[in-house]
Amino acid sequence: MKITKLSDFFVTGDPLIYGADVAIGLTMVAIVVALTAFKRWGWLWREWLTTVDHKRIGIMYVIASLLMLFRGGVDALLMRTQLALPDSMEFLKPDHYNDIFTTHGVIMILFMAMPLMFGLFNLVVPLQIGARDVAFPLLNSLSFWLFFMGAMLFNVSFVIGGSPEAGWLAYPPLSEKMFSPGVGQDFYIWGIQISGIGSLMTGINFIVTILKMRAPGMKLMKMPMFTWSVLSSCLTIILAFPILTVTLALLFIDRYFGAHFFTLDMGGNPMMYINLIWMWGHPEVYIVVLPAFGIFSEIVATFSKKRLFGYGSMVFALMSISVFSFFTWAHHFFTMGSGANVNAFFAVTTMIIAIPTGVKIFNWLFTMYKGKITFELPMLWTMAFIPCFVVGGMTGVMLSVAPADFQFHNSYFLIAHFHQVLIGGVVFGYFAGLYYWWPKVFGFKLNEKLGRWAFWLWNIGFYVCFMPQYVLGLMGMTRRVSSYSWDTGWWSWNFVSTIGGFLMGIGFLFQVWQILHSIKFMKRVKGDPWGGRTLEWSIPSPAPFYNFAITPKVEGRDDWWRRKELAAQGIQDPPPKYEPIHMPKNSGTPIVMSVFWFILGFGFVFDWLWLIIPGAIGIAGTMLYHSFNYDTDYYVTVDEIKKTEAKAGRVV
Amino acid sequence: MKYKGWFMRAAALLPLALMTFLLSGCGDVVVLDPKGEIGKQQLDLIYITTGLCLIIIVPVLILTFWIAWKYRAKSKKKEAYQPEWDHSTKLEAIWWGVPILIILLIAIVTVQYSYKLEPSKAIASDEKPITIQVVALDWKWLFLYPEQGIATVNYIQFPEKVPVQFQLTADAPMNSFWIPQLGGQIYTMSGMAMKLHLIADEPGDYFGTGANFSGEYFGKMTFNAKATSRADFDKWVADVKQSYPAMSKEGYDELAKPDTSLVRSFSAFPNGLFDGIVNKYVVAGESGHHHGGSDADASKEETSVTENHEGHDMGDMDMSEMDMGDMDMSGADDQGAAHQH
Repeated sequence: MKITKLSDFFVTGDPLIYGADVAIGLTMVAIVVALTAFKRWGWLWREWLTTVDHKRIGIMYVIASLLMLFRGGVDALLMRTQLALPDSMEFLKPDHYNDIFTTHGVIMILFMAMPLMFGLFNLVVPLQIGARDVAFPLLNSLSFWLFFMGAMLFNVSFVIGGSPEAGWLAYPPLSEKMFSPGVGQDFYIWGIQISGIGSLMTGINFIVTILKMRAPGMKLMKMPMFTWSVLSSCLTIILAFPILTVTLALLFIDRYFGAHFFTLDMGGNPMMYINLIWMWGHPEVYIVVLPAFGIFSEIVATFSKKRLFGYGSMVFALMSISVFSFFTWAHHFFTMGSGANVNAFFAVTTMIIAIPTGVKIFNWLFTMYKGKITFELPMLWTMAFIPCFVVGGMTGVMLSVAPADFQFHNSYFLIAHFHQVLIGGVVFGYFAGLYYWWPKVFGFKLNEKLGRWAFWLWNIGFYVCFMPQYVLGLMGMTRRVSSYSWDTGWWSWNFVSTIGGFLMGIGFLFQVWQILHSIKFMKRVKGDPWGGRTLEWSIPSPAPFYNFAITPKVEGRDDWWRRKELAAQGIQDPPPKYEPIHMPKNSGTPIVMSVFWFILGFGFVFDWLWLIIPGAIGIAGTMLYHSFNYDTDYYVTVDEIKKTEAKAGRVV
Repeated sequence: MKYKGWFMRAAALLPLALMTFLLSGCGDVVVLDPKGEIGKQQLDLIYITTGLCLIIIVPVLILTFWIAWKYRAKSKKKEAYQPEWDHSTKLEAIWWGVPILIILLIAIVTVQYSYKLEPSKAIASDEKPITIQVVALDWKWLFLYPEQGIATVNYIQFPEKVPVQFQLTADAPMNSFWIPQLGGQIYTMSGMAMKLHLIADEPGDYFGTGANFSGEYFGKMTFNAKATSRADFDKWVADVKQSYPAMSKEGYDELAKPDTSLVRSFSAFPNGLFDGIVNKYVVAGESGHHHGGSDADASKEETSVTENHEGHDMGDMDMSEMDMGDMDMSGADDQGAAHQH
């Protein structure tokens, strides 16, 4: 797009956006002032921005994703507010509404769910398998910074240039230059591409970590179930994300070089894009939900004080879901007219996924059966998940029935379904995981009472918000409409749904309050506050930077539980014999390189060659610099290990 | 916990208050109130599959709460505690087996109905079907009646108990054509002529809408689909022919410009308009590229004559039939040259 005046560059004309401008400006000034006043710039750079420690990277992922949850959530509430006002009452104009549902979808899936998931991978997996870090710590840091810069690039579109408005999957021809001439779609492409590289690298990183860095004795079938779920999720990532990258690259080539892969004219084929994007898009929803299944498996076993039921079945179910997820993509467009053969095939493959998923529910229930269940926050969220996901799964099977889907497709029934499985499955799962591993990461538990308030607000809010949407779908309300007339009869259901949305918003505020309150009135916990079963609970909370002072030797599933039982019988571990620990050094390369990626992406968005070239040179330069940097590691001395362990309250 | 009582009361009152409120202002649940054969069969299918799902869902929900309650640590009764019990081939066989069985049943029903309700399949009826051509525009629906020679915008009328064959395309980003009370939707796509067969069993005004997001004023793409008696329909056609202007080629171009539109009627429309729209982007020297490797499925019932020589059979090549296996190759011979992909 050619920029001729300032108002082409900055988005203008909307009070919401001016508000955002002011808020962003003030926040940035406040951060800079605070960092300078407290002389924290050096600390920030040394301890966080350049860190390669998986635990700190995990924390940064979680913080970034909670910020994105806030933005995506505000988007959702803006939409709900508009939908509570029928008949051309305009809180949001249609084009603004289109911006907002597009960014809501992209942010919630790609910049909230994915990084929160990666955050949990980082916080937990190395600790669970008895490793010192991930296989490629520097790559891990680069993954985070690429995600972060991609997310920032995408979010910048709100105030600069204009947001994308072609839906979260940007179907052509709508997303092509012909119908979306602005830069919004380019922000979309580059934001997702840059963070997508990070996602792919994280997938590779964790596969290698899990396959190569497990503590001695931890055979594959002795791995904790969360680690299994991460493995299945990452295998899905490395097969699915390249499809996304290629698809968006082709769309970029269409838009930038005027090619015709997906255009209407000159032999382009938009349907090809729709197939390709869902070949990534469907596995993507399993990518985010599989780790949630792993989290529930850990929590159910821990809080039932019982071994996970049907371990073999669970592993098989996880892996088969990640395979089957690649054979269902066309159920997103049964109404494209591919004929009965194609529809029948994809309907059946879709239904088949319900089988292993259902089996997992039974295994969790029978883990609880004959257990001693306590209902602290992680278990509470798990208990909310089961009925929610079961009902969401049922509506999923209903949608998979191709000829019936002709009546559900693109309606609010579909919206209600996928929010039920994504909130009820993914969000509840990640919340459960955050509550569960929080004490491990930070060394204190989150306040139980405020957590229960948040829990009930979220849960009641969820049903109040989304149950009416099933009805609205059956009443013929389609997704993405910004207004409707009184005589549709949709208003009352929409109004109730909006109330539910705000209840969830209040639930989120309670969680923020819960975190702040728990920091202020911090009560330190020991290494194993829940009576855990797996290795991460065998070390102090928070874990020392090298994780395990001595690499554990694993002899069974739930190895920490086994060691606790042996200890109860009076059989103690032999006294530790420390050896120097080999650790990676912090590096500024990832963040610097990611900043150049941001510059490159921004240059491409506005087609500014003068910005693209330095961006590309910077990326190549940092890569080259790192290739010749041999000063990447060091050893932790036995003395320092002893000091650190003593500080954490360990007998040395 | 002192909040508990408060929660319980709120949890009990909320649904009650909600139900009263909702039932007072409730509109029609159109999908559950079909007025046509296709919609009715789709509803049957929805009920069958929901019922089959509930066979397993209800016990699971009950089991969840029962187990959680019975084995809670706070329970006063001493329940059995078996921390090492983690496997039972018999039990696991049951919960692999039962879902497999139910999914198998749902799959069988689904496959049957997939063929039965294939949207391009004509509806068996004694009445001769009426054809309506549908063009999704930015942001309005254009309807052409090739047999009657009239055209409408954002409004259709057709006789009850007569199958309607919709031929659908788009001259704008993809949309989806949906009249919930008559039956499910189908995408309208540029360069394609889709087919959808629906029928209304009784006269009425049925809500119609675009279902796939197509840009700024997508939300304004609703229309009324009116089924009337044959006599009323004929009267309406005659009235449109008499009292409304004809649509010219320029008139169409004007109409196709991105904007919303009120209901409009035209006594005539340019010859070959629909095929012209379908073939708008056909590249010289190739044809049917949108259909990938699909075979030449020259339509059986109608032979549309297009002005565009390069893409002569695009208009009635039906994407939806490409895998039907019952292709009529006889019609393809004379057009074979166009299909050397």
